[in-house]
Amino acid sequence: MSENQWPLWEIFIRSKQGLDHKHVGSLHAADAQMAIENARDVYTRRMEGVSIWVVESKYIHASNPDDAASFYDPASDKVYRHPTFYDLPDELKHM
Amino acid sequence: MSSSTPLIQYTLHLADDTLILGHRNSEWTGHGPILEQDIAISNIALDLIGQARNFYQYAAKLANEQSKNIYPPGLNGSVTEDSLAYLRDGWDFRNSLLVEQANGDWAKTILRQFFCSAHQVDLYEGLAAGSDKMLSAVGAKAYKEALYHLRWSSEWVIRLGDGTEESHARMKKALEELWKFTGELYTPASYELWATGAGIAADLSQLRPRWEERVKDVFDEAGLSHPAAGWMQTGGKEGRHTEQLGYILAEMQFLQRAYPGCEW
Repeated sequence: MSENQWPLWEIFIRSKQGLDHKHVGSLHAADAQMAIENARDVYTRRMEGVSIWVVESKYIHASNPDDAASFYDPASDKVYRHPTFYDLPDELKHM
Repeated sequence: MSSSTPLIQYTLHLADDTLILGHRNSEWTGHGPILEQDIAISNIALDLIGQARNFYQYAAKLANEQSKNIYPPGLNGSVTEDSLAYLRDGWDFRNSLLVEQANGDWAKTILRQFFCSAHQVDLYEGLAAGSDKMLSAVGAKAYKEALYHLRWSSEWVIRLGDGTEESHARMKKALEELWKFTGELYTPASYELWATGAGIAADLSQLRPRWEERVKDVFDEAGLSHPAAGWMQTGGKEGRHTEQLGYILAEMQFLQRAYPGCEW
């Protein structure tokens, strides 16, 4: 391990066709190509995936936990935002 | 090896090549330059040893079918993949000299893998298309693995060759140390000529230009100058090895020789 660490990458794996890519973890790599290959070796060696996305961690922007009160709490008393107030015809299944 | 068939010898050659290269790569496990590459080289080691097991199992089956077996049996009296790997001596091993060369630094390990993978992709493709059902099945599986090993090692050769002054110098040194062992890959042993004649394997003389082209493409991109054709060391495929093999076997075979049949 050197003082010049390779940048960190976030790894997303799609486990099956038709499913979403899911975040599985992160790893170090010198560039995107190496990140994909490292992800292949680190995260798909037990047949976990059929597709890999990598994003350099510095390009992920996150919400601030300190904002949680103003971000998320206001939604908690607004049940009318859930689509549960409609009368559905009987013929409609799988809703 | 008078009562050995060329098919057994050829299968053992394939097995020994992959076992010894896999063992060399496995020496990096826990010592890789960075965690991710430690896993990558260990994965490749496992792929190769997996291929070796397939080849040894087939060789053992063939050896047991011979009326007069000349290979060392395991404790139960029959030849097994383990008895072939752990109980034969250096002069019985048919691996090429390239695969037994010491790991050196990361550059040397990478270059050795690149030379071997660039050879194996065509070799395995040929086996897969060949007439021996078992070798064809193993070849088809191993071909996909070799394609990845080639891709991985090519990128490292380019990365180091076209990297810093130091990484370039290390690649150059690795090249100087390993180049003389590459000629053997395409110097056919008697059993390889037999395998080509029997329709089991591709003709090495036809594969050679494809290997040379792969190497040239990667070297061009890596900024490495192609070595001039020169004297090549051969002999491994006939059982005449460099001193390196003895050290590998001493470590690899010690346990089975000291404690025959030991399992854990």
